[in-house]
Amino acid sequence: MLSKSTHDIAASFSRRGVLAATAGLVLGLASLTGAKAADDTIKVGVLHSLSGTMAISETTLKDTILFLIDEQNKKGGVLGKKLEAVVVDPASNWPLFAEKARELITKDKVSVVFGCWTSVSRKSVLPVFKELNSILFYPVQYEGEESERNVFYTGAAPNQQAIPAVDYLMKEEKVKRWVLAGTDYVYPRTTNKILEAYLKSKGVAQEDIMINYTPFGHSDWQTIVADIKKFGSAGKKTAVVSTINGDANVPFYKELGNQGIKAKDIPVVAFSVGEEELAGIDTKPLVGHLAAWNYFQSIKSPENEKFIKAWQAYTKNPKRVTNDPMEAHVIGFDMWVKAVEKAKSTDPDKVIDALPGIEAKNLTGGTSKMLPNHHITKPVFIGEIKGNGQFDVVWKTPSLVAGDAWSKELDGSKDLIGDWVGKKCGNFNTKTNKCLGSGS
Amino acid sequence: MPAYLSARLCSLALSLLLIAFALPAFAGPFEDGVAKFANDDFSDTEEAIGAVASSGNKLAFPIISALQDGRLMADPDSKKVYVTGTDGKSIDAATGEAVASVPDSASAVRLNNRLRRSVDAALGGLTLQSPDVGTRLQAAQSVFKSHEETALDAVDAALAKESNRAVKTALGEARAAILLFKSDATEVEKLEAVATLKARGDQEALALLTGMGDQPASVTKAAAGAIGSIQNSLAVWSMVQNAWYGLSLGSVLLLAAIGLAITFGVMGVINMAHGEMVMLGAYTTFVVQEVIRTRYPGLFDYSLLIAVPLAFLVAGAIGVLIERSIIRFLYGRPLETLLATWGLSLVLQQAVRTMFGPTNREVGNPSWMSGAFELGQITITYNRLWILLFTLAVFAILLAMLRYTALGLEMRAVTQNRRMAASMGIATSRVDALTFGLGSGIAGIAGVALSQIDNVSPNLGQSYIIDSFMVVVFGGVGNLWGTLVGAFTLGIANKFLEPVAGAVLGKIAILVLIILFIQKRPRGLFALKGRAVEA
Repeated sequence: MLSKSTHDIAASFSRRGVLAATAGLVLGLASLTGAKAADDTIKVGVLHSLSGTMAISETTLKDTILFLIDEQNKKGGVLGKKLEAVVVDPASNWPLFAEKARELITKDKVSVVFGCWTSVSRKSVLPVFKELNSILFYPVQYEGEESERNVFYTGAAPNQQAIPAVDYLMKEEKVKRWVLAGTDYVYPRTTNKILEAYLKSKGVAQEDIMINYTPFGHSDWQTIVADIKKFGSAGKKTAVVSTINGDANVPFYKELGNQGIKAKDIPVVAFSVGEEELAGIDTKPLVGHLAAWNYFQSIKSPENEKFIKAWQAYTKNPKRVTNDPMEAHVIGFDMWVKAVEKAKSTDPDKVIDALPGIEAKNLTGGTSKMLPNHHITKPVFIGEIKGNGQFDVVWKTPSLVAGDAWSKELDGSKDLIGDWVGKKCGNFNTKTNKCLGSGS
Repeated sequence: MPAYLSARLCSLALSLLLIAFALPAFAGPFEDGVAKFANDDFSDTEEAIGAVASSGNKLAFPIISALQDGRLMADPDSKKVYVTGTDGKSIDAATGEAVASVPDSASAVRLNNRLRRSVDAALGGLTLQSPDVGTRLQAAQSVFKSHEETALDAVDAALAKESNRAVKTALGEARAAILLFKSDATEVEKLEAVATLKARGDQEALALLTGMGDQPASVTKAAAGAIGSIQNSLAVWSMVQNAWYGLSLGSVLLLAAIGLAITFGVMGVINMAHGEMVMLGAYTTFVVQEVIRTRYPGLFDYSLLIAVPLAFLVAGAIGVLIERSIIRFLYGRPLETLLATWGLSLVLQQAVRTMFGPTNREVGNPSWMSGAFELGQITITYNRLWILLFTLAVFAILLAMLRYTALGLEMRAVTQNRRMAASMGIATSRVDALTFGLGSGIAGIAGVALSQIDNVSPNLGQSYIIDSFMVVVFGGVGNLWGTLVGAFTLGIANKFLEPVAGAVLGKIAILVLIILFIQKRPRGLFALKGRAVEA
């Protein structure tokens, strides 16, 4: 995802100075105290926004990593050394992400960084990780079309979320007409491009696809909901595939409920609405609308129950919810620990080479594996919203789905693969047998 | 006597025999169906719904309505199914006998969207002859939606008995929908059905007519005519709909901007923290609702009425505080004011984020603000309607206050000529503080209304500040009527552009139009004349 809610870019720019100064101060203090810690710790960087518009989503992920480090240290750390978190606040400010990443790697000498949410923040730190040769674990579902040597993508690629969701609607709900609604930025646009190509390959006509984009933080959904209603009255079963961004979802769902569009008439399947987002809505009018994720809090497995219990105890909040990007961090962290132990070193080159092939248990009862393209295998679940803000899983893929770095549906990328084991290349063209160079 | 006795014995034996035969025959498909609910498999549940609904058993209605409400409990171990009543008492679904308690291992039978549709269709068929008019109407509408052939007899039976006109029309439409899709219906029946749907004339009728598939030529022709006429009437209605949406968007813009029209428009303070006053109002609503939820749940429908004065006081008091502590030192220095209030907005946002957390807070809609009603072919949602009325009321009260009260007179005097007002004995600094407090308080009230349609998060204000400035500048600085006309003009223009250009391009187009307009009329729609202009 690119951004959760950037109401105006000008705002973040003028805030930048102030926030950079404060963050710098905090960091200065942190490194003062950190300087005492001797070389017998391994430092783990946490690069998530703790202020600004993205704080709503990213703060939880920072807490997740702190929790995982705490648990790992209780087990004796890694390679006999304790782990030590270095937390910085890039303040929802994309250029600041790059500055903070540089600080983490050069000044704090972290061995690995867990961070970023929006695609634009990831793109902003990419050159830094390449230049300084470090490791980033990125935990959020994204638009794909990328495979970098220094980045490990533990969130879903489009074929691990969007395509299975559409398959479900086609098979189970017999949907024939599609509204692709999204916020106007790179993640929805790329995902919708992939979906449009996929739907057409399944024989859906152009006039049965309606694509609609709205600005960030859109709050007046009357016209669009009325349009959806109208589009849905052509005598064919209609569904909405929503890549609408977190914050704007609340007024969107409220308008759907008020205009009386029920899930049984026109279901909405969302890719960015999880347990956290539903916390701000009365979900009773939304019962039956769908979300596609690789993890739901309501999934019953011994691993998940254990994790939720430990997490709620750690945060001292028995109602604290868990969500999909959190699980991605759990898997990623576990994989990193195993890779370091396998390589017997935290040297980035050795760890990067050790990571592909590493397996880690996910929280839904399966085992995810790091692939040569730096994506992982994940199960895909379709959940229906329940009246209590949780999801009821109504469908899942029979087996784990391998993440595609490059979409098979798009002309520009269907021949490309990422392979950092054999080909040592992020965008290898299998037709021409050539590596195109950079991985994004 | 013996003959009589033997006759009695005979009849007794016969009736016993009858009962013995009747019981298993009666229990078969129904009991099998009920047992399938316990399999926790969506296809089995669907079969179970069909079997129970068509069984004619008097338990069918309680079972299916319990399924709809999540009160049908199934025990996967013993394969027993229970209906938990709304009163908390439970019965065994297969026999109807009361049970003391439902075992702990039982859980509610799960539904997905496909099953919800089957449940609706089944309930529709079962409640067509309910004594309650509302239930009958709903039943007729769900049969219309599902239009399954099996319901035809039930619809005909209900039609024969029905006396209520609205229900009768709905039943007629349901019958038409069924006949249209029934393969062995006669051409005459189908033509009648097309005519009935044409008379209904809404989007659902259109959906049925366009999706009816292969039909005799005469029916296809009639349907094409009906589709054309429905589309024409819907096109007219969509204009009305756009106008309504425009009014509604305009009222939100006006509500957000009206406080700014006082602080910026009347006082000339570029108040970047205006949006945060709106946010504070929204958070006040949240706190009020929290208190009501925990202490006085019965008052929930009045929560907004209680929140309005409180939000006015909270935001107004903070406004007075800001004016006294910061803004009064910066009069006449617009750039410094801009920076100071900008900083202040960040402080307020972060303060709220620290106090209430970064996540959205849930503010509920009272029952009178949920839902919608149909006016012709357009849907009007209650929350939008109430916000429009509320905005107009706030506007009228503010206008009256400025015009007819002593404070209003003093405010106008101070803004028109400060020194003259001061020499007339008006305490100008007190008036400044009160004016700023009034503007902020109204922003707080706006927050109460906006909490009903938007996210209550620390960023709430940011999304309205730009729009608010746009409205005030476009309408003409210093003129409340300008703000009113400006807000509604922008709202309606936006909503007529949106269907054509899309939401993103529509917004850009509006901004371009405003820039061009400001080039032509730098002082906005309604420019103030007189001394204030030179000041």
